[in-house]
Amino acid sequence: MILSVCVVVGSLLVIFGLVIYHGASSLSIEMITQTPDPSNALGGGILNAIVGSLLLALPATGIACIISLGIALYLQKEFTHAWISGFIRFTLDVLWGIPSIVYGIFCLVIMIYLGMGSSLVVGIIALTLLQIPIITRYMDEAIKMVPIGLKEGAYSLGSTKFETAFKVIRRQAFPGILAGILLGLGRGIGDAASILFTAGFTNRIPTSLFDSTAALPTMIFNMYSLPSGQPKAFASAFILLLIVLVISILSRILSKRFTKHIIP
Amino acid sequence: MKLRKWRDLLGTKLMLLATLFISSLFFSIIILLLFKSSLVLESSSLVDILFSPNWNPDINNFGLAAIIIGTMLVTGIALLIAIPISLLTAIYIAEYAPGKIRRILRPFLDVLAGVPSVVYGLCSFLLLVPLVKNVIAPFFGIQSTGLCIFTAAITLAIMVFPIIISLCVESFSAIPLALKEASLSIGATKWETVKKVVFRASGPNIFAAILLGFGRAFGETIAVNMVVGGIPRIPSSIFSPGETLASLIASKYGELMSIPLYESALMLVALILFFVVFLFNFLGVLVLRRARKRWNT
Repeated sequence: MILSVCVVVGSLLVIFGLVIYHGASSLSIEMITQTPDPSNALGGGILNAIVGSLLLALPATGIACIISLGIALYLQKEFTHAWISGFIRFTLDVLWGIPSIVYGIFCLVIMIYLGMGSSLVVGIIALTLLQIPIITRYMDEAIKMVPIGLKEGAYSLGSTKFETAFKVIRRQAFPGILAGILLGLGRGIGDAASILFTAGFTNRIPTSLFDSTAALPTMIFNMYSLPSGQPKAFASAFILLLIVLVISILSRILSKRFTKHIIP
Repeated sequence: MKLRKWRDLLGTKLMLLATLFISSLFFSIIILLLFKSSLVLESSSLVDILFSPNWNPDINNFGLAAIIIGTMLVTGIALLIAIPISLLTAIYIAEYAPGKIRRILRPFLDVLAGVPSVVYGLCSFLLLVPLVKNVIAPFFGIQSTGLCIFTAAITLAIMVFPIIISLCVESFSAIPLALKEASLSIGATKWETVKKVVFRASGPNIFAAILLGFGRAFGETIAVNMVVGGIPRIPSSIFSPGETLASLIASKYGELMSIPLYESALMLVALILFFVVFLFNFLGVLVLRRARKRWNT
């Protein structure tokens, strides 16, 4: 039993050790402040991937979180019948498990149909679709915990359903909502399969929404098999892990802090 | 007053719209994939495609049998490795671990679940591939490049640990204390209690966790693509390269737009992937919901 715990913990430690060891040695100022050399894609740095990842994941999380908030609040029993919300929760659970490559293919087909090329905007849409089920389910769980007395209080003061949902319930459920958003962000920033086709890969920093862009996961995927590209792959992996860790720590700290402001 | 009413109406309708959007997404994915894959289904029947082992797009042979076998092997071996290890870890966390260790282990699992799949792929490419090539495969007397089904399976096993463990820990902790106390009070040892009471009481949950883990392993694309070898032939041993459904899409997407029939075949692969993962998630979520109700009442 202890042995299997060691296997699980050990595998995580090995992954971290490997990435930190190789990543730290290949990480330099040039690596994170330069875009790849136009003449030689293996030279230069990975700035384009860092910027690309942020440009993809942050707007996607923003859009996903607005849509998700609407859905999650709508799933309360004031708005829908129990069987409809049950069905939608079920759909979300199933959508959560759908492989991200299917979202990628889906957006790719729509993209080709609309006559667009691989671009930032399609990548954002693919990530948004991927994140909505995750964020919504987390928000939904948080909203379920809101005490009923709070809602009744708001209604008795004459609030409409919409006001109650957005002004009272959203605030009370905020720590849970935040945790969901950060989890979605972490998932979105690390996903490669959905943006592999939709965002494309270039050596430049995108200048408009319709430019294709590199991202940290696709950078790793493009570089890992070339021995001379591996420093870049490891530097990307290092930054990616760092981001994921920061998000995870941030979500713990923030949800603790905001828990102070809600009514227990 | 009127403004507030209007705002209420408008807000509610917008929320309804978002909800409709997400439920329609599910159906539109199916319809789109069905529509796109109809072309290849016209040229040869579904049975032909599923059971013919020849994947050769140049002469319009889109047999998926070899790839399906590869997928089953990778997923099956991954689960064979992952299930016992995850169950034991979950039991340790839920029943044996002192509070301090438990508090350390939980964030560990969260982080393990959050590590992006490319990073798993990268690490396994650098560590496991040489290991399998130089140590494990020669140990069984087989030549291997290291890029093989076995490597992919180990990588996947590590990736499904957190899913199975966290679902199992949740269910083990939800078992009423009285049930365990009753078993201990009639003289059962702790391990006997775990085996005969805890495991049995959370049987459906364990089953659901395995189903959801299967869904994750089956659809995993990037990490598998990096280490499986990418050769769509029926593998002769677990140390020979293979190909899985999800990884096939990722490696062939560059050629996707040129030939309509080829594109349609890859859409069919995506449809199969979607359908199988949907089925397993559906079952898993269903079992899990039933099981959760059990101890609440």
